[in-house]
Amino acid sequence: MEQEKEFNPKIVAFLCNWCTYTGADLAGVSRLKSSPCVRIIRVMCSGRVDPTFVIKAFRQGADGVFIGGCHIGDCHYSEGNYKTLRRVEFMKIYLEDFGIDPRRLRLEWISASEGDKYAAKTLEFESEIRELGPLHLVDA
Amino acid sequence: MVTVNIDGKNVEVIEDTTILKAAESAGIWIPTLCYSELFEPYGVCRLCTVEAVRGRRSRLVTACNYPVREGLTVHTNSEKVKWIRKLIMELTYSRWPNVPVVKEMAAALGVTEPRFKSLEQDLAPDACILCGNCVNICRDVVKASILAFEGIGIGRKVVLPYNEQSEECIVCGACAQVCPTGHIKIKSLEKERGALQDWYLGPKSAINIPTLQAVPRVPIIDEKSCIKMQTGGCGICSTFCEPEAINYEAKDEEIEIEVGQILITTGYQTIDLKQMPQYGYGRLDNVYSSLEFEHMLNSTGPTGGTILCKDGSEPRAVGIVHCIGSRDENFHKYCSRVCCMYALKFAHLVKDRTPAEVYQFYIDMRAFGKGYEEFYKRLLDEGVNMIRGKVAEITDGYITDGIKPYLMIKCEDTLIGKFREIPVDMVVLCPAIEPQFDASNIKKIFSISQSPDKFFLERHPKLDPVSTMTDGIFIAGCAQGPKDIPDSVAQASAAAARILSLISLGEVAIDPIKAEVVDEYCSGCRMCNSLCPYSAISYKEEEKISYINDMLCKGCGTCVSACPSSAITGKGFTDEQILAELEGILSV
Repeated sequence: MEQEKEFNPKIVAFLCNWCTYTGADLAGVSRLKSSPCVRIIRVMCSGRVDPTFVIKAFRQGADGVFIGGCHIGDCHYSEGNYKTLRRVEFMKIYLEDFGIDPRRLRLEWISASEGDKYAAKTLEFESEIRELGPLHLVDA
Repeated sequence: MVTVNIDGKNVEVIEDTTILKAAESAGIWIPTLCYSELFEPYGVCRLCTVEAVRGRRSRLVTACNYPVREGLTVHTNSEKVKWIRKLIMELTYSRWPNVPVVKEMAAALGVTEPRFKSLEQDLAPDACILCGNCVNICRDVVKASILAFEGIGIGRKVVLPYNEQSEECIVCGACAQVCPTGHIKIKSLEKERGALQDWYLGPKSAINIPTLQAVPRVPIIDEKSCIKMQTGGCGICSTFCEPEAINYEAKDEEIEIEVGQILITTGYQTIDLKQMPQYGYGRLDNVYSSLEFEHMLNSTGPTGGTILCKDGSEPRAVGIVHCIGSRDENFHKYCSRVCCMYALKFAHLVKDRTPAEVYQFYIDMRAFGKGYEEFYKRLLDEGVNMIRGKVAEITDGYITDGIKPYLMIKCEDTLIGKFREIPVDMVVLCPAIEPQFDASNIKKIFSISQSPDKFFLERHPKLDPVSTMTDGIFIAGCAQGPKDIPDSVAQASAAAARILSLISLGEVAIDPIKAEVVDEYCSGCRMCNSLCPYSAISYKEEEKISYINDMLCKGCGTCVSACPSSAITGKGFTDEQILAELEGILSV
């Protein structure tokens, strides 16, 4: 019975306060259609995203994790996003080891003015997760 | 001081003054074709020949370069002088009988007809009379030394090196300025490297006052066209400046000032109209941008506020075209806000000053401010033709029945659903307001953001329109988005008030979001130390733990997520808080 229900992916988005979070705000203010599956957690910088958070998110039922930061060179904290970039590459390797498709983790650079990009990228990610199907990792 | 006697008048002058100058100070006219105060006397036309008598010795000398001595007696009009001058004039006149300055001088000296038959007679009215002015100014004043004489005797002429356009020529046009016959033409020069500046409605000199409303109202020197700056020559302006205010050594300098807050009001630029060749800007005569037209309307402008076509006639009809580059999918999607109202002002002034018909071509009339709609209504009563529709093209050369050709504006009139062609004499284009070309540099320097249209982004579009994402950085005016004067004043005042309130407070409240090391957990691995972009983390050697300086920490949390023993907590964004958040949003 459960299986027949329509699959609505749960996507956790960690958005940096200065760029992507504001960009998401702009998308909303501009009445753009972004993915309704995205559940946003605001962090001050994408560099704050601890790999633990990503793993925890998957364990607690997320089908995809989206990390949004400022463009390279535009970081409000000078270089936090470089650290994110490195960490995400590592995390993808580990996710594979855990049996999680690395495509379920996505990193995007979206500035405060790119509301349209935020909308487009989240919709794109949503459809990709839909294709990958649900991730059955939830603690029973 | 020495005393000389010129034509019976005793004149007291400084020693070594030339006879010509001494005579001038005594009000005695000596004819000359080649003398100029700008450079050393050259003495080539010989017309200034006078009789200089010292003691019993009398000589014929050229007045322009003969220095006076004590006791010198000069006859400028004796029979001998008259005879020799007439002969020189006849020789010159015979060679160049049609040059106006030669003709005038001949008439003044009583020579009516060329007496000799010249072998090299040049009948052109703008013939080169070999006065040497161009050669002298180029060498002595401009210090470029491009022009020189070639040949001797009857074959003498002014030439360029190897008879080619020289790269060394800075195209200053000084030679054409001093040419008495117009043999050297500025017109053929101005298309070259362009020392003549086209600024709005015509060329300007290298030293000029940009506008009469300029603050401070002082002249500026354009480095690119100033001869002094280019070659080290000229310097004429400084010789005329009595208070010696001209300083060629002044350079742009960088001054470091320590401040606590910064207000960015870098303004806007207008779109480059040459991107839209269909409107003919820069290609067709009498197609102006709104700023140029504003300059023309100004009573201190080049026409004194009179509206004139390029040929000096009054326009029969003026077309004002709105939204050039704004509200345009190909350029800027936004509305530039100010154009509708200044276009209406233009229409009003044209109606006021000329009997011309005025046509406004608009997409939508946006008379949004206080009193603006009333002004629009008034304009309608004044009989301005309002055509709602976008202009497709502006072409020239439209002639009916042999009268002066018109410019033709082709457009669609959406109110009557027809295509129309309107003949006008003058077109004013209202270009879009766009961010300064280097706005992205400013953005990087202050780490602020730009909105999609590249204007600076405010912290919040409704609740915080003057501050930015970076503390202490404020924005106002067109740097933030197109706006008119009242709006700019309002925004700038708001920003100033915000800044003042922080100054009078004397202290700033900083975000409580900081990272903190829990001493008991820190293993002293020092991994976080190098991660911090603000160098806020230091290592306490004696306790073997890391320590975060609260004042330097900006709270990004990069160290928090990197700490292998979770010894760093980010206040406001602790692991527990974020994990609880995660649990919460995933529970439904």
